[in-house]
Order: sequence, then structure tokens, then C-alpha cells
Amino acid sequence: MNDKKINAIEIKNVTKVYGAGNSSVKALKGVDLTIYDNEFFTLLGPSGCGKTTLLRLIAGFEDITEGNIKLFNEEIISLPPNKRPVNTVFQHYALFPHLNIYENVAFALRRLNKNKDEIERRTNEVLKLVQMESFSKRKPNQLSGGQQQRVALARALAPEPKVLLLDEPLSSLDLKLRQAMRVELKNLQRDTGITFVFVTHDQEEALTMSDRIAVISNGEIQQIGKPEDIYENPNNQFVANFIGEVNLLSGICLKNGENGSCKLDTGHEIYLVIPQSVEEGEAITVFIRPERITINKSLSEKSLTSISGFTYVGNAAHVELLSNNQIINATLPIDRVKDFKKGDLIEIEFPKDHAQVINK
Amino acid sequence: MKLKDKKLKFRHVWNFPGFGGWTAIFFGFLYIPILVLISYSFNAGKFAMIWTGFSFRWYTKLFSNENILDATFNSLIVACTAAPIATIIATFSALALVRGGNFKTKEFSNGLITLPLMVPEIVTAVATLIFFAFLGINFGLINVILAHSVFCIPFAYMPIKAALEAMDPNLELAARDLYSNKSSAFRTITLPLLTPGIISGFMLAFVISIDDFIITLMVAGGGATTLPVYIYSMVKMGVTPEVNAVSSLMLCFSILVVTGYWFLNRKNNN
Amino acid sequence: MNIQGENKTQNRVVALLPLWVVIGIFMIGPLLVMAVVSLMKSNVYGGVHFEFSLDGYKQILFDTNLFGEREFNPAYVIIIGRSFVLASLATIISFIIGFPAAYYISRQSKKVKDILIFLVTVPFWTNLLIRTFAWIIILGKGGVIESSFIFLGFINEGDTLNLMYTNSAILIGLVYSYLPLMVLPIYASMEKMDMRLLEAAADLYSSRISLIRKVILPLSMPGIIGGCILVFVPCLGAFIAPDLLGGGKKLLLGSLIQFQFASARNWSFGAAVAMVLLLLVILVLFFNARINKKHRDYETQG
Repeated sequence: MNDKKINAIEIKNVTKVYGAGNSSVKALKGVDLTIYDNEFFTLLGPSGCGKTTLLRLIAGFEDITEGNIKLFNEEIISLPPNKRPVNTVFQHYALFPHLNIYENVAFALRRLNKNKDEIERRTNEVLKLVQMESFSKRKPNQLSGGQQQRVALARALAPEPKVLLLDEPLSSLDLKLRQAMRVELKNLQRDTGITFVFVTHDQEEALTMSDRIAVISNGEIQQIGKPEDIYENPNNQFVANFIGEVNLLSGICLKNGENGSCKLDTGHEIYLVIPQSVEEGEAITVFIRPERITINKSLSEKSLTSISGFTYVGNAAHVELLSNNQIINATLPIDRVKDFKKGDLIEIEFPKDHAQVINK
Repeated sequence: MKLKDKKLKFRHVWNFPGFGGWTAIFFGFLYIPILVLISYSFNAGKFAMIWTGFSFRWYTKLFSNENILDATFNSLIVACTAAPIATIIATFSALALVRGGNFKTKEFSNGLITLPLMVPEIVTAVATLIFFAFLGINFGLINVILAHSVFCIPFAYMPIKAALEAMDPNLELAARDLYSNKSSAFRTITLPLLTPGIISGFMLAFVISIDDFIITLMVAGGGATTLPVYIYSMVKMGVTPEVNAVSSLMLCFSILVVTGYWFLNRKNNN
Repeated sequence: MNIQGENKTQNRVVALLPLWVVIGIFMIGPLLVMAVVSLMKSNVYGGVHFEFSLDGYKQILFDTNLFGEREFNPAYVIIIGRSFVLASLATIISFIIGFPAAYYISRQSKKVKDILIFLVTVPFWTNLLIRTFAWIIILGKGGVIESSFIFLGFINEGDTLNLMYTNSAILIGLVYSYLPLMVLPIYASMEKMDMRLLEAAADLYSSRISLIRKVILPLSMPGIIGGCILVFVPCLGAFIAPDLLGGGKKLLLGSLIQFQFASARNWSFGAAVAMVLLLLVILVLFFNARINKKHRDYETQG
């Protein structure tokens, strides 16, 4: 892997405000972000968080209120979309209905005044890349959703952009197709080496496809990092909640440091690393993934915890544990919990290395 | 008849008895006068309302009637000038009002476009007459063209607005994204997709202009008679079979244009 | 969307300029001039003297008698009243005829619906003068009705039913002119109606009449009101029906106004009556807007 990282896109202190006065909406609040060349970078967040707005600012479909955007070290915010070497795959494809597939894909090449042979060569090349060569003469309305999506991809790739922007391109597809396309997109990015900026609200999609993820909420970046980092070490409760299943347990810090401990509201005393900045007696929130919790049948009758819910999901079971009126969720492989049932008294094994204090 | 012999016809809850028959009467009321008019135009007799036999003679007589031919010609000149003017203004207005986002004068502009539809035609006619008289605008057919250009605008506007609203705004963005500049995107994407709407708008404006009577009556000076105004003067003198014939022709023309418009839109919607 | 580097406002102003200029000059201008003329003194030969005078409006109510005194003249008030009554009757009759038809059409399959609604719209796009003229052939002396009555022996040859030049003839003309405009909005409202609502009501022991009263009527009310406005307003200012079928004897507002500019040459009076008509229409539209707003508030409160 190339050690020298080139900055493909630099987003500096970008703010976007819609409307004016009392009815104005701040879609993005001072966002800072760097995307490297050759990366599959994902903007992840719930609807309305600003991720699509950011994408549109990069594409040039909106004007920026404050801040700067650089593309390979050149400022682009004063350029209209047709002057930016960036291309977009739209959520609902936006294929030109009055042109056939070939013309749709060749559109950019024609606008760039490439010569006839070059247009033909490149258009066929890119149609072959997405396996749509035999559909050249058809019109978009004769294609299925998945086929339209490939054409949209080909159309955006044809002019060889430096960066490809994808606005939730898989959201209109059904599950099986979506899963297949995820693999294809990932391979495509690796093969072409183009920087992909991918927008989605589906955290599973983000985790499987991305080199790095930026989690966005309410116009602000919550965390940027590799999928594993974001999953294992979320910065705050929003990120923890948004990605995967999570337990957020309140408690009181008993002792801070490497061998810290805290008393949870569930009644359990657990060991975990607590930052020095946290004082003894301070209220904290502990973050533990359900799959990190182990349970055993209790030998004594005085256990705090019982099973309050049991859901079988095929290869695993979601077990809901009730302790001191608090709920703890555990996910366990099906073999481990074969003999367990609702109402059983339980001992919980909390993981020391996979529990951490988390900010709001 | 025993109960089990009677075939009980199933009726949906929302299917009310008698409404079908009423609707047939409704369409009868709507179309029988038209049919009467057209059939009487083939009346061989001299008295328009007394049927004597079948004949084409009034139609042939029409084509040698100088006045009618002049009036028809005038009607066509007016419609062929006013309809394009109205359509162009309507197209620009639609582009601004549908794609322009929200702006302060938007509601006012929307109101302006519907104004000719809200004001009773007689009021518009009279006001325009007074206006032209005061400004000394007395150029015969041009007066009529000016007046028509104005009130045909809302009719041209409606189909164009509908077509523009049905168009995905992302299409224009996609064109810009793919290195089209503004005018190129308009030319290659917006305009081709809008053209059926523009044609529909033109057809509506054309029909409205051809059919207009009250405004033309008040605003036209001498020598600027259009077909509806001429028909009116003929009716005032007494109903003659010629009037029947020329009226039937006008009716059929309008019906043809509207049917064409309908088919054009059906093809695009499917 | 505001693409970088484009002056949106400038583009918009350029696009809307033709509209503003044309409608400003040729619609608002004339209306203003007409308002001014209504406040001036009429010139006997047509046109006006440029002096302020309320004679135009006064003439609506008053007349000068032989002694030079002003006395109340009911003639024009009767005309306004007749216009109002006939417009209202026309609206009611259009509703009675059109409502069941709109309902029936809305319950058909898509293909049939489209064709039927097309057939409803076609007359609207044809010449109103000609369509009204057709009724002369039907109602007139020696016309279709009289000829068939003679043929069937209901009346003798040479007798006439005197159907023309009556208020009823005008009424038929008015209803015929604007009937499609009653049907279309009601149809639009009804088309959106979910049939399952009716099935639910029937399931809860609703009779057919009850279905109409309690479910269909309320749900299609916006369309009904729209249709009534679309019929009432043009009827109020109608000219063709009273002129052709009323023979110029039974005047309505429309024909009264036209007369001032054709033969009577009393421009300020004509303008004044036109202003009165405009005012009535504005009032009706204003009430319509209020009712619509109330309805919308109803629906959002749910």
C-alpha cells in the first residue's frame, strides 16, 4: 500500500445555511474532513443529518455559505458543476428518459468534445465494465432498477472523474440485489482506483464497504475512522447507538485508571479502564456490545439477574436480561444458550477489555 | 316467482343504481344539441329549423362566401400570432415559477397568470376596449391579436407547468454534472423533455383564440371580423342554414384539435 | 438549488419580465382605466369627458324623471337581481345534473374513466356561441321541440310554445354552457376517494342515502365548492346566453354592459356596472378562499 497519502478532497470549516432569518436551517455546521485518494469513503448518518448536502456541495449543486473545499489542492467552490472533475451517481439514477443507454453513457464525453472514436471506445468500455453492453439501444424506462443503476454508474465513470460521488445509490434496490451490488461497487472502486465518496444511512452497508467512515448527525461530524475503530471505540453515544447493537449502562465510578472499576445501576460491579479525568463518585455511562457479554446459569438463588426475554434469530439468540430494573442485552451463539429459558437466574460475565466509558 | 329463481345481481356497495342511467342522460344533454346542429347543417331546405332533406349545398355555398372566408382567414391570422406569443410567455413564466424556488414575488406572479381566468370575460373585453380607445390603438386585427395574446397565456401555461413539474429536477443537475453548461443542459435535456408540454400549451391557446367571441366582439374594429363574430352577426339577422354549416365546421375543428391534444398527452403518459 | 456561479435572481427576473409587462399593461392597465372611466362623465357620442362624476354609479339606482327630480329606478337593480338568481339557479341545477354523473364516472375503470372525462371536457373547448346557438334550433319557433310536438300531435301546426326569449331559455343556456366546469372539480375530488371508506360505512349499517350524505358529500365538498364557483362566476357575467336566448329583452349584467358600449354609448355607466360585477366576483372568490381555508384547517385538525 502506498504510504504517501494524497488528499483528494479537503473540506475545511464548511457551513451551509438554507433560507434566511427565522426560517433558516443550518444543514452543515463547520465541517472539517479530509478524504484521501483511492479511498472508499462513506458519509454515514440518519436522514436529514447533512450527508447529502455535503455531497451536493462537493458536486457543485449548492453554493457554500462558509468554508472551503479543495479538490487535489485546488479550490473548487467558485466552479460550477460542469467545471469540476467530479461525477455523481444519483439516488434515483436520473437517467435521461429521451436518450437511449448508449447516449446516456456517452453524454459527458460528447460535452467534453472528445473525438468520435474516443467516445465510441470509452462508452463501450465502460458499458462492458458494468455488464450492460447488450442494452445500448434501449431506453431507461425499459430497464429494471438494478440495470438502471449500473447504467447510472457507467455514465458517471465514462468521463474518468477523479472522484465519484454516490448518493445512496443502493437504497431503491431489494435486499439480495443490494448485497450483490455492494460487492460489485467495492470491487469497482478497487479496480479503477477512483476515490469513491459514498452516502448512506445503512450502517451495515457502511461497515462492509468502506475504507473509512464519517458519522454525521445534525450537520456535525461525530467521528471519522476505519469501520473497526468506529465499531469498537465509538466517540459518543450517538455513534455507539447508530452502529450495531449496543448497551449503554449508567453507573458510578468507584476507581479510575487502568484497573478502574465502577458500580452499574444494574447492581453489578465491573472492571474496566476509566480515564484519569473521571473522578471517583462521578456518574458515567458504560458502553458494551451485546456480543461481548457472556452468561452462565446461576448456582445461587440470590442472583441479581434473570432472563426477561429470549429471541431466536437463526444463528444466534438475543437475550434480554433484567437486573435491578435495568435491561442488559446480550447476543450469544445458539449453542451457548440451548438450555436457557425465560425466567432463569443468570450470572453475567462482563468483558474488561471491551467495556468503556463513553461521552454523551 | 320464487326467491331462488330470481337471479340476484351482485352490486358493490359503492355502485349506486340509476347513476349509470343518469350519466347517460347527462351525456345526452351535453351532446344532443351539438348533434342537432351538425345534422341540421345538412338540411336541404332554406329554413334552418325545418328539415326538408339531406344536402351538402350549404357547405359548398360556404366556400364561395367571401365574408366567411375573410373572417376565417382573420381568425387564423389572430390565432397563429397570439398562440405562439402566449406560449412563449407561458414557457418562460413556467420555467421561472416551477424551477425558480421560493421568492418574494412568486405568489403575485402566480396570481398574474391566473388573472385572465378570474376576471369575467365581459369585464376584460370592455376594459380592453376602453384602454385601446384611450391610447388611440386602432390597428384593426392587431388589437385583437394583442388582446388574445394576453388571455391565452393561462391556457398555454397549464400544460407546460404540468410537464415541468413532472420532470425530475435531477435530470438538469445530472447534465451539469456531466459537463454541460447551462444553455447546453437546457437545450439537450430540458427543452426536449418539455416540448410535448409546450405543444400541448400551444394547442390549447390556439383553440381558445379561435373560439373567442366576447373579447373579439368588443375589441375588433371594422374589417377585423373573426369567424365567431361573423357567425354572431349572422345569427342576429336570423338563423340560416349557412350559419349551421359554418358553425358545424368550427365545432368539428375544435373537437379535432382537442382530441389531438388528448392523444398526444396519452402517448406521453404511457 | 443554487448552482455556484449563477445569478438566480437575474435569470428569474428576465424570465418573468414578459409576463409582468404583458399582463401588467394589457390586463391591469385596462382594469385601472376602466375604473377611472367609471368615475367620469359620459360623452353622448361614446367615450368620456375628462371630468369627475359619479353619474355612472348613480344611474344604476336612480333616474331623473320629467320634473328633473331624482327618483329610484328599479330597472337595473332588477337586472342585477335577475343575474344573481339565474346564476344561482344555474349552479344548483348544474350540481343536480352533474353530481351523480361525476360520481358514476369516478367509479369506472381507468380506461373508461379517461375516455368519459375526455368526453366531458370536449364541449368546453368548443365555441360557446355556437353551442348556445344550437339551443335556438332546439327551442325556437319551428325548432326541434316544436316540430316534434307538432309531429306527435301535442300541439297544432302554426302554434308556438314560446320557449325562446324567456328566463327559462336563458337558464337552460347557462346550465349548458358551464356544466362541464361543475363536473370536473367534483370528479377530481371523488377520484381520490377510497372506496373502502364506503365499504366500511356500509359494514357499519349505513344505508345508501346515508352513504351519500355522510361520506361522499363531505369528502367531495372541496370539489363541489370549486365546481359551484366555476359555474356561478361566469354565469353572473354571462353575455351569450341572455343575448341569444333572451333576445336582448331579458337583460343580465353581461348583456347590459355590452349594450352600453355597442348601441347605448354610455361608457361611464357601462364601466360602473362592470365595476359592480367585478366587485361581486371578488366577493364570491373571497368567500371561497375563506371556506377553503376553513376546510383545510378542518382536515389538519383531523
